[in-house]
Amino acid sequence: MSESGAAEPEADAGRRIATEARERVRFEEEALDLADQVYRVARRMVGTREEAEELVQDTYARAFRSWKSFTPGTNMRAWLLRILTNLNTDRGRKIQRTPDLQPLEESDYFLANKVAAVDGEQALEEEQVVERLSQGGVVDALAGLPHDFRDVVVLVDLGEFSYADAAQILDVPIGTVMSRLHRGRRILKQTLAEESIP
Amino acid sequence: MTHDADCEKCEELLQGYLDRDLSREEFLVAEGHLDGCDYCRRRYRFEEHLRRYIRLSASERMPAGLLAKLSELRGPTVGF
Repeated sequence: MSESGAAEPEADAGRRIATEARERVRFEEEALDLADQVYRVARRMVGTREEAEELVQDTYARAFRSWKSFTPGTNMRAWLLRILTNLNTDRGRKIQRTPDLQPLEESDYFLANKVAAVDGEQALEEEQVVERLSQGGVVDALAGLPHDFRDVVVLVDLGEFSYADAAQILDVPIGTVMSRLHRGRRILKQTLAEESIP
Repeated sequence: MTHDADCEKCEELLQGYLDRDLSREEFLVAEGHLDGCDYCRRRYRFEEHLRRYIRLSASERMPAGLLAKLSELRGPTVGF
């Protein structure tokens, strides 16, 4: 059928709009399905529940506005977290630089050694041995990490992102992710040891 | 309790091992050592439990009502 008359391009435009609307709705639904996972990460990147809620709302507002810049088939959760960490940085959080680094226990076995010294070697095999560290203590220790370290620990250990995804989300080299992660985990363990084990 | 140079090497590999980020050679070094060393195996297990515990302790589900607020941010609905 030949395209003649003015009605045909108009119909094309209508179809295009309908297709785009469908794509947008699909995008929005997929994003909303991830809201709980996004919130769980956000919650540990900021101080309060209210801030986390606000940050997630700002993230979704921006995501819904710029949905066309998302490439279908790529990792949407990472894409959303990228927006979220950018917004969080924009809030002026980065002004607080990483404070002077405290000396760190060099050993990765440090916390386990301390627990073993108190509860015995065999206790390390038991699942519940970590419960001597209170859940509240874990949350506080995480909150006490310098921001740069905390973001990486939260993304990898809580969000279960790969090093590569975390690097993309935070826009830093993968080596930086690894060094911050290792250092962040050590600070965390040191804090937990100091707070929880006599 | 023995803790020798092999244990130190194994300790260095701990984070990468749990993150599944070791080269094949490193992985085999860690596995080989863990097979015969209670000291390191217990510490690896402890670290595994610790990670799970941290994830569990720090994970807080989305507050009720947030999803509805997010849904309101969606674009206009178009009949199609």
